[in-house]
Amino acid sequence: MTDKPNLLGWTCPRPLQNYPTIVMGHGAGGKMMADLIEHLFAPAFDNEWLGQMGDATKFDPSLWGTRDSSLAFTTDSFVVSPLFFPGGNIGELAVFGTVNDLAMRGAKPLYLSAGFILEEGLPMETLGNIVTAMAAACRKAGVKVATGDTKVVQRGHGDGIYINTSGLGIIPAGVDIGPANARPGDVVLVSGTMGDHGIAIMSVREGLTFETEIRSDTVPLYGLVEAMIEAGKGGDTPSGFDGHAPLRGIHCLRDATRGGLAAVLNELVDSSKVGIEFDERKVPIRPEVNAACEMLGLDPFYIANEGKLVAIVPQETAENVLAAMCGHEYGKNAAIIGRVVDEHPGLVTAKTSIGGMRVVDVPAGELLPRIC
Amino acid sequence: MKYIDEYRDADLTRKLLADLQKTTTRDWTLMEVCGGQTHSIIKSGLDQMLPPQIELVHGPGCPVCVTPLEQVDKAIALASLPEVIFSSYGDMLRVPGSKQDLFAVKAQGGDVRIVYSPLDALKIAKDNPSKTVIFFAIGFETTAPANAMAVLQAKAQGLGNFAVLVSHVTVPAAISALMDSSRAESGTTSPDMKVDGFLAAGHVCTVMGFWEYEPLVEKYKIPIVVTGFEPVDLLNGILKCVRQLEAGTYKVENAYERSVSREGNLPAQAVIKQVFEMTDRAWRGIGVIPMSGYKLRPEFADFDAELRFPEVQAIQTKENPLCISGLVLQGRKKPSECAAFGKECTPQTPLGATMVSSEGACAAYYRYGRLGK
Amino acid sequence: MCLGIPAKVVELYEANGMKMAKVDFGGALKEACMEYLPEVKVGDYTIVHVGFGLSILDEKEAMETMDLLRQIDSLGEEGTA
Repeated sequence: MTDKPNLLGWTCPRPLQNYPTIVMGHGAGGKMMADLIEHLFAPAFDNEWLGQMGDATKFDPSLWGTRDSSLAFTTDSFVVSPLFFPGGNIGELAVFGTVNDLAMRGAKPLYLSAGFILEEGLPMETLGNIVTAMAAACRKAGVKVATGDTKVVQRGHGDGIYINTSGLGIIPAGVDIGPANARPGDVVLVSGTMGDHGIAIMSVREGLTFETEIRSDTVPLYGLVEAMIEAGKGGDTPSGFDGHAPLRGIHCLRDATRGGLAAVLNELVDSSKVGIEFDERKVPIRPEVNAACEMLGLDPFYIANEGKLVAIVPQETAENVLAAMCGHEYGKNAAIIGRVVDEHPGLVTAKTSIGGMRVVDVPAGELLPRIC
Repeated sequence: MKYIDEYRDADLTRKLLADLQKTTTRDWTLMEVCGGQTHSIIKSGLDQMLPPQIELVHGPGCPVCVTPLEQVDKAIALASLPEVIFSSYGDMLRVPGSKQDLFAVKAQGGDVRIVYSPLDALKIAKDNPSKTVIFFAIGFETTAPANAMAVLQAKAQGLGNFAVLVSHVTVPAAISALMDSSRAESGTTSPDMKVDGFLAAGHVCTVMGFWEYEPLVEKYKIPIVVTGFEPVDLLNGILKCVRQLEAGTYKVENAYERSVSREGNLPAQAVIKQVFEMTDRAWRGIGVIPMSGYKLRPEFADFDAELRFPEVQAIQTKENPLCISGLVLQGRKKPSECAAFGKECTPQTPLGATMVSSEGACAAYYRYGRLGK
Repeated sequence: MCLGIPAKVVELYEANGMKMAKVDFGGALKEACMEYLPEVKVGDYTIVHVGFGLSILDEKEAMETMDLLRQIDSLGEEGTA
């Protein structure tokens, strides 16, 4: 986030600097909106596809790689408040969130769309900072914003800014990663410490400070996924499960965003119709995050993460995949936390710190601090 | 974390469980009167590790579950007023009122804010002089000193736009009421409620001390052990209680000595007395228990939300007729014995407070019931 | 009732006429009111509930209890402890 947008070098007769905040006119489709695109969005995202400036962007068919690869498509909307928090901002989330959704199917992310809903009164400088951060995030993730849209809503009808990004990616031949692929005997891994992002956000709202600042962990994960897929090659489920053909390589990947680890594990047991057991003590959690959770009465397994994934891999390749994760900059604290079982299909259980057992249920809704 | 990790030690827990198994020769039912203890038990899985002869019943120790329906409805009515900022501890947001909950009010545009401390609510009042900030002062004696201080501070700082909706409940009267109602049935403990001993709430006693329980053990001839919250603390309390039961003794014992003394925290008690006075309180699902709650003293009437907005006093409440959470809270019925359990009433669509609270008995049963236990 | 978590007092000061402290929950720091613990000193561990210190943890008591609990023989066979 080092380069600031150049709001001074305007050539148009009504330069943006006359408007320190967003007004309704910026979404009206006329000259003001064109100025915003020409002087803010286009220079920031700068690429030949966005440069087409058509109602739709046209891609050459050669972009799709080999005939055996598959196209992956995803969308996500970003409404986080506050817009800026320790370790990140809504712009970065908007890029990395969608890029990671693609990566979780094993897809190399290529192109994004970016739709902005701006609230009347949003300071131009704030928008500039967010767009600059998005552009930097795109470069970091190796993606291009190929098409976009801008709308403005009346003051009071939005939280400053909402962003929607859709993403296109290519899944290479031979890669089959999906939520229904977990099999009994598989190993459950996480790529690093849990709870950082949610506590970083909450620390702004609750006035918590930390000895070592808790920062959101939002990063692009395709590089890590690529390394994991490579390390997982050759893995094979010993015999078919329920008549299915044996699966090769990584079975499941999910990024543990809203609802945290608990939400992801529950989704996986549901989709794959298996059970999961994990050991609470094996889940890496930073001591400061643990302390904040104790204080607020929150369960760290339910707290949102960004830039962290949960993987389910066959037992034979688990150690290899773990080594690959630990060797990657975004997987340094990766750990094996549990396994997939055929008992209690549809339920996730955890071994507690005292050696007992508890059911880790689906999150009920918004996570609330408690006093009781 | 110091004073936490050592009390969650797996080896010590195993050792204490073994001690407990050696000590227990008969069936005993213990009631713990604190939502925090219930939460800890469920989270650690401790209740499934106890000797089979020991049953833990979760009593009415959770403000979420026992806050009277009228007070919840009043909270919802107040939060819906456009000139009000309604602040509350997070626990209360999903508690169902007669028609909806505070979360729904928030969704409809009410300014409902979760606070960690009553002092945060005071700050909101200071920062928003044109609005009335109402704070939902719920809880047991543990939370009363904090809530009381907020009122004192509001008076001292001249915050005329701050008010509290009080709904405090106190533990000793509840224990009496539970024991009286069970004894009244048949002269001895009624068949559907058999409590042999109590684990008293460690943080309630941190504030109030434990001398108030001495007349109770004399009257009902049951042991009461002041107990903490971590697995080692809970086992310490259970062990002491079972040892008494096996020996046929009944007295008040302290198993949370590092935080609790017989007289309690005197400065905190003084401020409670300064701001609050005892009153009858309706406990949700149980009924009115005389002298079992706090209300604001007349000299603080200016800060009473119910006096400032008298229109909320006329609220008609309507509890869902299918809900038997009161009987569950008293330990007289198990959640699985409720006709609506798991059908109309689930954690996603709760009919009563015991299904909302993550430590409510019904929510806990629902979660573990799916394991076939 | 009562989520009360042990926190170490790292700083004491006054605000709005109340005795306040900066407390450390084991890496997470927050402000708490110490009006109910007039004798509290920096370095003490307190139980903090909804932003108020309610007791000073007695280290000596804690260690004695721990020692007692850790004893290998079962006191239960001799009656109440």
